[in-house]
Amino acid sequence: MHPAPLVALVGNPNAGKSALFNALTGARQKVGNYPGVTVERHVGRLVLPDGRPAELVDLPGAYSLEPSSPDERVTRDVVIGTGGFERVPDALVVVVDAANLDNHLRFAMQLIALGRPVVVALNMVDLAERDGLRLDAGVLSAQLGVPVIPTVAVRRRGLDDLREALMGLVDRVGPATAGAPPEDIRDLQRRARTIARAAIVSEAPTRRWTQILDRVALHPVAGPALLLGILFLMFQAVFTWAATPADMIDTAFGGLEGWINTNTSESFVRSLLTDGLIAGVGAVVVFLPQIMILFLFILVLEASGYMVRAAFLMDRLMAGVGLSGRAFIPLLSSFACAVPGIMATRTIDDEKDRLTTILIAPLMTCSARWPVYTLVIGAMIPNTRVAPFVRLQGLVMFGLLIVGIAGAYLAALVLRRTVTRGASSGFMMEMPKYQWPLLRDIAIGLWTRALIFLKRAGTIIAGTTLVLWLLLSFPKPPQGSGISPVDYSVAGRIGNAIETVVRPIGFNRDIALALLPAMAAREVAVSAIGTVYAIDDAEGEAGQTAIADRLKARWSLPTALAFLMWFVWAPQCISTIAVTRRETNGWKWPAFMVGYLFAAAYIFAGITYWLAVALGL
Amino acid sequence: MVGVAPLLSFPPRQPGTVSAIDWDRLAAPEARRLRELGFDEGASVEVLHRSRFGQGPIACRIGRMTVALRRAVAGTIHVAVPTPAERRAVAGTIHVAVPTPAE
Repeated sequence: MHPAPLVALVGNPNAGKSALFNALTGARQKVGNYPGVTVERHVGRLVLPDGRPAELVDLPGAYSLEPSSPDERVTRDVVIGTGGFERVPDALVVVVDAANLDNHLRFAMQLIALGRPVVVALNMVDLAERDGLRLDAGVLSAQLGVPVIPTVAVRRRGLDDLREALMGLVDRVGPATAGAPPEDIRDLQRRARTIARAAIVSEAPTRRWTQILDRVALHPVAGPALLLGILFLMFQAVFTWAATPADMIDTAFGGLEGWINTNTSESFVRSLLTDGLIAGVGAVVVFLPQIMILFLFILVLEASGYMVRAAFLMDRLMAGVGLSGRAFIPLLSSFACAVPGIMATRTIDDEKDRLTTILIAPLMTCSARWPVYTLVIGAMIPNTRVAPFVRLQGLVMFGLLIVGIAGAYLAALVLRRTVTRGASSGFMMEMPKYQWPLLRDIAIGLWTRALIFLKRAGTIIAGTTLVLWLLLSFPKPPQGSGISPVDYSVAGRIGNAIETVVRPIGFNRDIALALLPAMAAREVAVSAIGTVYAIDDAEGEAGQTAIADRLKARWSLPTALAFLMWFVWAPQCISTIAVTRRETNGWKWPAFMVGYLFAAAYIFAGITYWLAVALGL
Repeated sequence: MVGVAPLLSFPPRQPGTVSAIDWDRLAAPEARRLRELGFDEGASVEVLHRSRFGQGPIACRIGRMTVALRRAVAGTIHVAVPTPAERRAVAGTIHVAVPTPAE
């Protein structure tokens, strides 16, 4: 029995491949990694008109078969049949942007020359027509010698024709490996331009939307103002929109705990469930709405084509520290999570540039810090009004964000002059047309991120919280001894040992206890503190408000500020360290990253503490 | 109107054609990427955005694509201003095969 035929989607960046992939497979897709490289692999199922299933794989966008970045290498290896990441595709769908034919045809012709069964999807014909460009698919097909199907992925136009064409192709036997004839890129380019010209039926000079919008978005004054406005809206939304759903989640977890407490008798299992699992996981899942909103903004900015404009505007600023505007995109993603941010650096072709971006990405205020910041600021900073629309809590949060950005800027400046020294790389980037982001694509992206977050909450976070709960619960202090159960436990003794190291920077035993499990993920610090207090005071209520009340009682303001400063810098995230190791192929750079960030965390938290004490806060 | 000017000082929103690129002044990967983005002698080009002061990158249209370039790279590109007759043939982007009704 043959496995389902494998069809690969391949084409230039911005040809609309992912939209076509989503339209053909719907939600039936899996996102994984190619073995050995951190290039996301998207596979889905496609049903051919005769009812047979086929496997559809979405290859990273590339400009040619000569790779200049890791993801372009994957594309080359899969279509040529080397590298062994993937079985050789039975057919290729070459996706070209109808409005950018003269450029995209060059790569398409390279792919056709491989001799595999090929169908060309002439994608986004509606946008081309909007710009006054009409093309003849028949002429194009005759010139290229392969079927050409006009498609509009976002409106599902041409999908049936594409499936029909694929059915005819998958049964043909292609060569196991193909050698690309090493053709001169210039000749190929010129031939592509001639063919593109022949396929044009009519071309009316119309004003193009993209150019009109770019007059504002790239304007020397209006452009940066717009970018700042969007960023402000994004961070504002994270706080205001998320409040209601977050409260609902908190209430639900509180209700679950209450239900268990009233319906079961006091026991080891009950304490494990309520103090350990529910208090720990609940403290983290509360932040799902914030993280979703952050990702929503990033996905929309990316899908609309605006992200590249932001990179254009930021290039000058980034050039000041020896980076390029391209680094802005992974860094902005790192505000949601450094892991996809670090993975997104693979589009930076310059090795030193990329390394620097990876090393500073953990300084962006990722969503795992929101729980820590929100809890501590909410508990320790009074919410007084300092100016119209500006409250002190929001101001402190904003300050932490800025310290992170300034820290990253400073770090890049130093790194580019020392460990990642090298010639400044260039900035050369295609700026895609603006597009209205498609609800389905955004929804699929959000759903994937939500699943990853919940899986993390369910595994890493629940796991570390459980281990912490066990270490905190045993051994029990002798009855009536008056010793706190936390101090007597294994974890308490470890915490007391760590405390001697962190006491100079103002940290107490509770913080020392929280820092160790927070290595797994920053938000565990919140659940760890929650668990510590739940065990210390078994009678007390659980939930966010209860934790905040205990913080107020036990922490001084300088301690709280030092704790916040620590979290601006400290690389407390196993996933970030792991992805850095994978992306840099070894332990050298993750070790360096952890070292410099911990050193900075200790120094800056210490300065914050002693400054706050000196100021009498 | 006929003449050659560097892309860097070419007036914005005025179509021209790439007349020469100093390929040997570019690093090999840079030159390749530039070619892959469609820069080639004879391609139609237009400066879209250039910050008036300072050293920011420039945005230009090459063929039907918008591309951002740093000034160092843009400095290697020379543009010919087409004659009015040539400009009609170029018609902003690609050569028109069939005259549009407007003409």
